Amino acid sequence: MKCGVVVFPGSNCDHDCYHILKHIMGWDAKWVWHKDESLDGLDLLVLPGGFSYGDYLRAGSIACFSPIMKAVSGFAGRGGRVLGICNGFQVLTEAGLLPGALMRNRSQRFLCKFQSVRVETSATPFTADCAEGEVLSLPIAHADGNFYADADTIKQMEDQDQIVLRYCNASGEVTDADNPNGSAGSIAGVVNAGKNVMGLMPHPERAADPALPGSDGRKLFDSLLAFA
Amino acid sequence: MDPTACPEITDALLDEHNLSREEYQRIVELIGRAPNWVELGVFSAMWSEHCSYKSSKPHLMTLPTQGPRVIQGPGENAGVVDIGDGQAVVFKIESHNHPSFIEPYQGAATGVGGILRDIFTMGARPIALLNSLRFGEITHPKTRYLLNGVVSGIAGYGNCIGVPTVGGEIYFDECYNGNILVNVFSLGLVKADRIFLGNASGVGNPVIYVGSKTGRDGIHGASMASAEFDDKTEEKRPTVQVGDPFTEKLLLEACLESMKEDWIVGVQDMGAAGLTSSAFEMADRAGLGLELNIDQVPMREDGMSAYEVMLSESQERMLFVVQAGREDEALTTFRKWDLSAEVIGRVVEGDRMVISHGGRTVLDLPVKAVVEGGLAVTRPTKRPANLDDNQKLDLTKIEIPDTGKTLKHLLATPTIAHKGFVWEQYDHMVRLNTLVLPGSDAAVLRVPGTQKALAISVDCNSRYGYLDAYTGGQIASAEACRNVVCSGAEPIGVSNCLNFGNPENPEIMWQFEQAVRGLGDWCRFMDIPVVSGNVSLYNETKGEAIFPTPTIAVVGLIENADRHCTQNFKREGDRIGLIGQSLEEIGGSEYLKLVSSEIKGKPPRLDQALEKNVQALCLDWIQNGHLASAHDCAEGGLAVALAECAMSGEEMLGAKIILQSTLRPDALWFGETQSRIVVTYSPDDEAQLIAEAKKANVPFEVIGTVGGNRLQFQLNGDSVMDEAVVALNRIWTSSLEEYANRVG
Repeated sequence: MKCGVVVFPGSNCDHDCYHILKHIMGWDAKWVWHKDESLDGLDLLVLPGGFSYGDYLRAGSIACFSPIMKAVSGFAGRGGRVLGICNGFQVLTEAGLLPGALMRNRSQRFLCKFQSVRVETSATPFTADCAEGEVLSLPIAHADGNFYADADTIKQMEDQDQIVLRYCNASGEVTDADNPNGSAGSIAGVVNAGKNVMGLMPHPERAADPALPGSDGRKLFDSLLAFA
Repeated sequence: MDPTACPEITDALLDEHNLSREEYQRIVELIGRAPNWVELGVFSAMWSEHCSYKSSKPHLMTLPTQGPRVIQGPGENAGVVDIGDGQAVVFKIESHNHPSFIEPYQGAATGVGGILRDIFTMGARPIALLNSLRFGEITHPKTRYLLNGVVSGIAGYGNCIGVPTVGGEIYFDECYNGNILVNVFSLGLVKADRIFLGNASGVGNPVIYVGSKTGRDGIHGASMASAEFDDKTEEKRPTVQVGDPFTEKLLLEACLESMKEDWIVGVQDMGAAGLTSSAFEMADRAGLGLELNIDQVPMREDGMSAYEVMLSESQERMLFVVQAGREDEALTTFRKWDLSAEVIGRVVEGDRMVISHGGRTVLDLPVKAVVEGGLAVTRPTKRPANLDDNQKLDLTKIEIPDTGKTLKHLLATPTIAHKGFVWEQYDHMVRLNTLVLPGSDAAVLRVPGTQKALAISVDCNSRYGYLDAYTGGQIASAEACRNVVCSGAEPIGVSNCLNFGNPENPEIMWQFEQAVRGLGDWCRFMDIPVVSGNVSLYNETKGEAIFPTPTIAVVGLIENADRHCTQNFKREGDRIGLIGQSLEEIGGSEYLKLVSSEIKGKPPRLDQALEKNVQALCLDWIQNGHLASAHDCAEGGLAVALAECAMSGEEMLGAKIILQSTLRPDALWFGETQSRIVVTYSPDDEAQLIAEAKKANVPFEVIGTVGGNRLQFQLNGDSVMDEAVVALNRIWTSSLEEYANRVG
């Protein structure tokens, strides 16, 4: 698997993603500078978490004008797999590659903790190795993860099986008390209609190294391998 | 008008610059003339308590700073300690108290930014942040605003730059009502042979300014931090700097990238007193002069005077000296990261700092006179007059309360209450090194690419220091070591942040002297070097000083990361043991404050020899894989420690505790006797552990068994408490969060 990790100014989970892809998964990983313009030869592109350009405006709203984003758009259009984690998810929605938007958490606070999420579909390259209804425990760490889309869009996403992860309790029940940020429908992760672009607020790369607490994040990376 | 012209020297003008008449005379003697306006400002900043350590230096000199692992002791941006295999850790703790009280979000945020620069200036990648915070009583009208502001400031900066905030502590006490404390610690990793120092050597080498543009913020911040607060404190808000973590992230990456090259001669961040202190200190360390041209300094706005540029404390700026002829490579690297970078001068022969602006010389001073010429200050000391009274405690007046009720009250006190809602606001996992999530005795991080891990703890109970400053300093350092040991690490280095009141008050200076002596005695006894630190004086408002608060950060090394230890009970059926011995020590305890509203008596004693043996035994047992958990007894004593062991795991586990004792029951359960660690282990190991403790001459008592979902205490055959762990946990985890979320 040939994969790239985009480095925007202000990306801060870039090293973490690179570590998991390269040293844990053993894939051929490389850095992609935000001023690069080509993604030729890659199978997977990861847009990592962080605070691109400081996120002083809206999270991801400046990064989506980075030179690399034209190439990302083309890459996604050709069916290349794109995984946007946290800030990467925000960038993908700002760029229009994924539906919806991510607003400030309803608590108005940054929140970092392990959080249960339920896998809603295994019919994506990112969850192929998971069972539908499976509960994963993944770290979240964000201030702007409150997913919003209008009712029609959400209906359409549901119809097309585009909702991949929902926040839930440890038994897999989706309740308001277990919605950490106020997201519509407790949505934690989505794919595009083509199922090759995924965005999620949780950090699978933080629960994929056997030396650290948590292991469920690994399942998303294993899925990519299984799908390939 | 001449921008360097100095108005008439009046007492008011000197006061504004925090300079005494004697100090002004000294300046005139040293430079052989009256200083101009810019020069006066420079002396004011460089001779401030904050920059010069004039009151504290004679005492700091007594601390042990050497050791086989020490690569760099105090005097540079941060201390450096060898951890083997060609790697070293760079760490320091620093205060940002005054700005945080005036503007909590930005004050705390820029505190984080400042300490991070100290670490990466030396070539290290910061991998951890911790903090030690002190707020006033929760009933004080400003406390909620300050707590929420400081926490979000730390979160705002640390989360954005992507360095995990992995631990810390928060205490609440009335003495901080008018003076909160924000002490921030950072640790970085570096190759032992790639350490960069703040040295402007090599005549002809260019001086390069890198980072944010200079604005008018933070002018005279160093002087502000060197004076007491009064009614006009609010007016000082414009002297608080504004942080930009995004630019600092770029600066961090640009610095670490450039440090892989061979053209850097020296580098220092522009912290307190900004360009002034970095330029003067770098030149002084090299014993050379500098010629700088202020016109080249990137500026945020037009019309800034030389005085403003030299004294601005705008954040996210660094000063580099690079090899002559390599300027273009340097500028290219920095500008790749979209940073402002300009050559602003050169290293020159001699010993003078000459600064020009608009074609004229605006400053011409001998470097040594500015950096080292300040008047040596020997502050008189005097034992506080009320100390004897404060140390008197009549226990007969305190009725023995119900154990369960008291425990619940203690768990809800803000100092003991669970701080989860605070650390959930900090990204504590980024960079993938966090082995132990916040909430155990110490933060534990792996050293990437090795089998090693680091444990870090910050600690200080200032009530002990108020009642006995020597013991306060001693216990702060011993307890921080104990926390690190409970995680399975051997302490290898100390950084201190000494927060005190006005040093011109002999009673405060006495506290300072005593606390430093206590810290030094423990560190000498254990042979642990103090490699970095910071002193924050004048922490008082309208004459009301804070309690002496010598915050101690200890870094420990774990050779085998798999053998780290945490505080929570792990397995049903495990036996619970207490290393150390409980004494009748209630003075200065959280319990005493709860039941009598007083801070009185003598604090717990520290028997250094016993403490050393207790720590050695506990560490040995962890390293040999005997212990399932270890937790030191601190505020709230044995009962709170046991409750924390029961509550803090992912799966809560109860315990049955059976004690025989002739002590007052409240002292037994809630007294804060030092040198005690609650441990759990398999019953199979019991005989061996008892024998080993006896051999090591360390008191060790089997006190109970892990199991069930209730915490049950039995004393001398009677049941004294039986509570569901989940109910205790509800009290422990909800009180502070509910307080912080309340509106109004």
